[in-house]
Amino acid sequence: MSLKRFLSGFLLLSVALTPLMAAPQPGSQQQAAQQTDVKASTKQKATAKNSVHQDEGQRVFEQNCSRCHTAPDGFSSRISGTVLRHMRVRASLSRHDEEELLHFLNP
Amino acid sequence: MPRFGLSSLFVEMLRAARLVTLALAVLGVGRYAGAQDTPLLSGGVGFFTSTNGGNTTYQPIIEPLLVAPIGQHLLIESRAALIETYAPRSNGLSGYDHTFFGALTYLQGDAILTPHVTLVGGSFLIPFGTYNERLSPIWISNFQDGPLISSLGLMSTGTGVGGMLRGSAISRRKYSIDYAAYFSARSGNEQFNSERSSGGRASLYLPEQRLEIGFSYNRLLQDTHENFYGAHVWWEPKDTAFRLRSEFARGHHAQGYWIEADYRTQAFGGLDSFIGRFEPVFRMQQTFRRDTLVSDGLPLVNTQRADFGLDYNLPHNTRIITSYARQFSSTGNRNIWETGIVYRFLFPAWKGKSK
Repeated sequence: MSLKRFLSGFLLLSVALTPLMAAPQPGSQQQAAQQTDVKASTKQKATAKNSVHQDEGQRVFEQNCSRCHTAPDGFSSRISGTVLRHMRVRASLSRHDEEELLHFLNP
Repeated sequence: MPRFGLSSLFVEMLRAARLVTLALAVLGVGRYAGAQDTPLLSGGVGFFTSTNGGNTTYQPIIEPLLVAPIGQHLLIESRAALIETYAPRSNGLSGYDHTFFGALTYLQGDAILTPHVTLVGGSFLIPFGTYNERLSPIWISNFQDGPLISSLGLMSTGTGVGGMLRGSAISRRKYSIDYAAYFSARSGNEQFNSERSSGGRASLYLPEQRLEIGFSYNRLLQDTHENFYGAHVWWEPKDTAFRLRSEFARGHHAQGYWIEADYRTQAFGGLDSFIGRFEPVFRMQQTFRRDTLVSDGLPLVNTQRADFGLDYNLPHNTRIITSYARQFSSTGNRNIWETGIVYRFLFPAWKGKSK
């Protein structure tokens, strides 16, 4: 077998096999799909968790803070922890309420 | 009360700012726990006018508040009041006299010991009823004047020097109970004046009904020992901007109550619309003398007063407060007209970056 024929055969075989190699295996396709699902699910869970925190934080804000004062127009996130610790003492907030409010103020 | 000019108000403000800066610098030696725990400066700046029985007084006022956390469980907080009052001269003289008042309202250290217990030490606001602790800051109260009974149970000064335990005893979705119990020693210090007393307050809050009921009891422990009893009911129906607050207090020589209602409509584009920013306020109050042996800050005769207010909540934490009150008593009926504007500020005590 000459080199030319060998290389031609190798080339043809490569071209023929390339689509098969390039095509994902049914297993890996499933795995990839699963990974995508996991990523999406994690993202959804995180979003849902954030949303739960937001709802819970908003509830805590409406039930506790709004009783005495309206919400300030806005303030730096650098003092959100200080504001909440101050209000925890002043308004006798529970630790849970303080954490939820912190999530609410820093979504 | 010493007399100063307006310039002295600014001098005092500068002194206060210097003190605050110094305090912050001292506190800043320690490293603060997190990016969200930067010390803050807050408070209110206002200008009030009041026409009482035909005499008009003017009052520029600053109430700064400093809060500085130290680590995860400690907090230092302090509020001060700087007030310049311009009042008509008495004895038929024309012109105005002006007086300056500047003092720390409180200066306390808080140690969060457990999720349910916070230990407070220093000079603190006495926990009796709701007005002193919750509604007295100028950026919160709906009226310029406090209720007629606001001095009952506060041992003349409104502050105690000693210790207090407070916190959330129980917190569930359907109810929560909070408490505060304190002991104060007698102090004759000019900035930290207090009487020897003890007492406390307990409140039950029902979140679904948005209803709070609380009871207070304080006892004066010097000279003639006296008891003070208080009760409060607050109600804010869900999904409305209506608030009803009320308080009753009974002292050794007088008793009384106040009921206050305020409302903001959401029907014309929400609370931040032009109409939604209006806030009509109404307060009814009565005081009853049991005897006239001691002046406890309440009127010396039975008094009724109705306050009709209209506040406007401007953007950027600014509020216009106006009210008309009619006061009825056997010493004479009078009209009280009040207007004012208050700006509330809230910012980090120094520049920095979030981590």
